Amino acid sequence: MRSGSPKTFPQGGVHPHDSKLSADKPLSMLPLPKTVAILLSQHIGAPAVPLVKAGDFVKTGQLIARAEGFVSANIHASVTGNVKKIDPVKDVTGYKRPAVILDVQEDEWAGGIDRGLDLKKDIPGREDIIAKIAAAGIVGLGGAAFPSHVKLSPPKDKPMEFLLINGVECEPYLTADHRLMVEKSEEVVTGVRILLKGLGIDQACIGIEENKPDAIDILAAAARDYPGIRVEPLKVCYPQGGERQLVKALTGREIPPPPKGLPSDVGCAVFNVGTVFAVYEAVQKNKPLIERVVTVTGPAIQNPSNFWVRVGTPFHELIKAAGGLPDKTGKIIAGGPMMGRALDSTDIPVTKGTSGLLVLPEDQAKRELVENCIRCAKCVFACPLGLEPYLLMALVERNQLDRAFGERVLSCCECSCCSFVCPSHRPLLDYIRLGKANVFKKLKEQKQK
Amino acid sequence: MNPSLLTVSLSPHMYSGESVRKIMTGVLVALMPAWIVSLIVFGWAALKVSALAVISSVFFEYLIQKYILKKDPSVSDGSAAVTGLLLAFNVPATLPGWMVVLGSFIAIAVAKMTFGGLGNNPFNPALIGRVFLLVSFPVAMTTWPKPFSGAMAAVDGVTTATPLAIIKEGLKNGLTPQQLMSELPRYSDLFLGKMAGSLGEMSALALLAGGAYLLYRKIITWHIPVAVIGSAAAFSGLLWLVNPVKYMNPVFHVLTGGILLGAIFMATDYVTSPMIPKGMFIFGGGIGILTVTIRVFGAYPEGVSFAILIMNAFVPLINRYCKPKRFGE
Repeated sequence: MRSGSPKTFPQGGVHPHDSKLSADKPLSMLPLPKTVAILLSQHIGAPAVPLVKAGDFVKTGQLIARAEGFVSANIHASVTGNVKKIDPVKDVTGYKRPAVILDVQEDEWAGGIDRGLDLKKDIPGREDIIAKIAAAGIVGLGGAAFPSHVKLSPPKDKPMEFLLINGVECEPYLTADHRLMVEKSEEVVTGVRILLKGLGIDQACIGIEENKPDAIDILAAAARDYPGIRVEPLKVCYPQGGERQLVKALTGREIPPPPKGLPSDVGCAVFNVGTVFAVYEAVQKNKPLIERVVTVTGPAIQNPSNFWVRVGTPFHELIKAAGGLPDKTGKIIAGGPMMGRALDSTDIPVTKGTSGLLVLPEDQAKRELVENCIRCAKCVFACPLGLEPYLLMALVERNQLDRAFGERVLSCCECSCCSFVCPSHRPLLDYIRLGKANVFKKLKEQKQK
Repeated sequence: MNPSLLTVSLSPHMYSGESVRKIMTGVLVALMPAWIVSLIVFGWAALKVSALAVISSVFFEYLIQKYILKKDPSVSDGSAAVTGLLLAFNVPATLPGWMVVLGSFIAIAVAKMTFGGLGNNPFNPALIGRVFLLVSFPVAMTTWPKPFSGAMAAVDGVTTATPLAIIKEGLKNGLTPQQLMSELPRYSDLFLGKMAGSLGEMSALALLAGGAYLLYRKIITWHIPVAVIGSAAAFSGLLWLVNPVKYMNPVFHVLTGGILLGAIFMATDYVTSPMIPKGMFIFGGGIGILTVTIRVFGAYPEGVSFAILIMNAFVPLINRYCKPKRFGE
C-alpha cells in the first residue's frame, strides 16, 4: 500500500547531495581475508566474554564470546580457523579494544545453520523468536548497535503499538540498505512478520526515502498480502532516518528528549532494514550475525560496491576489492559523510555496525578556515531537535555548563546539520560534543557528592 | 598508504558549500536592481555617493584590521562593501562627498570594529552611520534632489520634499490627506520610484525584486520583512480607519520612505536581528509599529532607521526569551 504526499519530520533538516554512486551495484561476496579480528565489543552494553583461547580451532558460525548481562550480545566466529590470540585491536574510535584474532582457513560451517537461499515463510512462536535473536547476537545494524533482543522485551508499563522499519538510508553515499531492500524484499517482509510476532503487535510501517522508488515498489509488492505491513515513502531530507525524526514522520509522536527518552516511551520499536534481514536469517535459518552488507564508495573509488563482508575483515580488503585506494586520498570514513568516523588506519576491522566505507579525496578532506559567527541562524533553522547550536557552542567555549544544560545540550543527537550549514565553517558540533561530555561528567560528580 | 597523511576529524565530513563571502555577494546582487534605479533617477550623483561609501567602508575596515587590530584583513568577505552600499542607499544623492566618507567611518570604525568586527556589533552599522549624519547635518541630510534632474541636481539646487515630508508639513498645517493628494506623486510612481527620497529607497518594485532574490537564495527568511511591512500596514491602517481625515492610508505608508528598504535589507541584517521566527516576528512587529508611530506622532517625517536601531537593542533580550520549539517537549 502506498499513500499520497510523502511524510517527513516537522522542523530542521538539510539537503546534502545524495551521491549514491553504488545504488545500482548488486550485492556481491567479498573474498575471505587471510586473518580477521573480531571485536568483543561491537554493541552498546557490556563486552562479550570470550569462550575460546589461543590455539583453539573454530568453525564459521560457532559461538566464541558470550553476552555478559542483559544489554550485551553474543559474538560468533565469522570464518573457520585457528585462534591466533586475543589481543587489543584498534577500532573505529581509535581506541584499542580486545578482539579475537583468527587465521582464516577454508570455510567450514558449524552444525545446524541452514545456508540454503530458499525463502522460509512459516514463523515460530514468540519465545522461540526472542531466544533465537538473542542467541544469534543480533544488534542494530543502522549504526548504534543496540542488542535487538532487548528491544523485543520492553518494560511492561510501556505497551507497544507500532513496529517501525528504518529503510530511509538518509546518509549520502551509503546504499547497503537500499540494495538489501531491492534484492531481499521477501526476506525483509518475513523478518518484519517475525518482529511483529516477537513484539506481540500487528502494525508495522517501513519508511523509505522517495529517492529509492525501486525499493518502495518492490517492498510494497512483497508486503501486499500482509495488511498490517505498510510501506511509507518519506521526503528526501537529512536526517529522515534519525530515530526521533522517523518516529515523528511515521506516527506523529515525539520521543521525549535524550538521554532518557526511547521509542518505547511512545509505543514504538524501531529496527533498521539490515537488522530485519539478520533477524530473518537468525530465526528461519539459525544463522548468527557474522556478515553484513557494507558499501564501499567515494568520488575517486574505481568500483563503488556493496559487499557481503564477514565481521572482522580489515577495511583494506574492502578498499582493495573496490579497486584500491585512489591517489590523493585525504580521508577514510567508517559510515557516511554526516555521522561517520574518520579513520587513521585501514587495518581496522568491520564490525556488526559498519554500514559503509567512504574514501574522500584530499580536496574534500580538509576543513575550511573558521570565521566569526555572523548570527545568520542557519544552524537554528537546520537543527531537527529545536536547539540553538550557535548558543551552545558559545556557552561551551566559556565553560558555562549549567546554562548549556538548561539550553538542552544533552538533547543533541549529533546529526551534524548545524556544522553542515554554517557559512563561517564554525566547529559547532565539536563544541556541542565537548559540552555533552563535560555536562555528563559534572552531573556524575554531583551525584557522587 | 601512509596513515599519517590521512585527515582525521569529527563529523560532518561534507558541507553545504555556503560561505560568508557567497552570502555577502548575494546581498550585493540583490541590491543591484535598486542601485540601477538610483542611477537612472539621480545619474552620476548616485554613482559618486555609492562608490565613495563602498570604497571608504572597505578602506576603513582594512586599515583598522591591519594597523590597529594587527590581524589579517577580512574585507574580502564583502561585509564592509554591503555596509557601504546600504549607507549610500540611506542618504540623499546630493550629500557632499566628505559627509559620505565620514558616515562610512562612523559605520565601520565606531559601529562595527569597536565591538569586534563582523558578527559582534549590536546595532546595524549602516544605520548608525546614517543617523549620525542625520543628527549632525540635518539640512544636508534632508535636502532631496528632484528625481530626473540629472547631474545638475547638486549644482543648480533643484530640490523637492519627500512625500512623507509633504504629508508631515501639510497635516500639521491642518490640511487633509485628500487636499494633499495633488502635491504627491501617483501610487504607480511611488511603486516604480519616481519620488524624492534617499538614494536606494526609490522603487518598491526594485526592492521587492531584490527581496525575492534573497528569499530564493535562502539568504533571508520571510519572517522579518513580512512582520515589518505587515505591522506597519496594520497599524497605519488602524489609524486610517479611525480617522481617514487625519491619517494617511496604509498603502501610502508602505510605499513611501524607507519601509521596504528597511524591511528587506536593513532589519534582516543577520548580526542585529533575532535568531528564531518567534523572535523575528516580535522584532519586525516592533519596527513596523515604531516606524508609523514616529512618522505620525513624532518630530521626524520618517522613522525607519530609528525604529530598527531601537529594536536592535532588544535583540539580545528577545533571543534570551524566545526559544525554538524543543523536540519532544
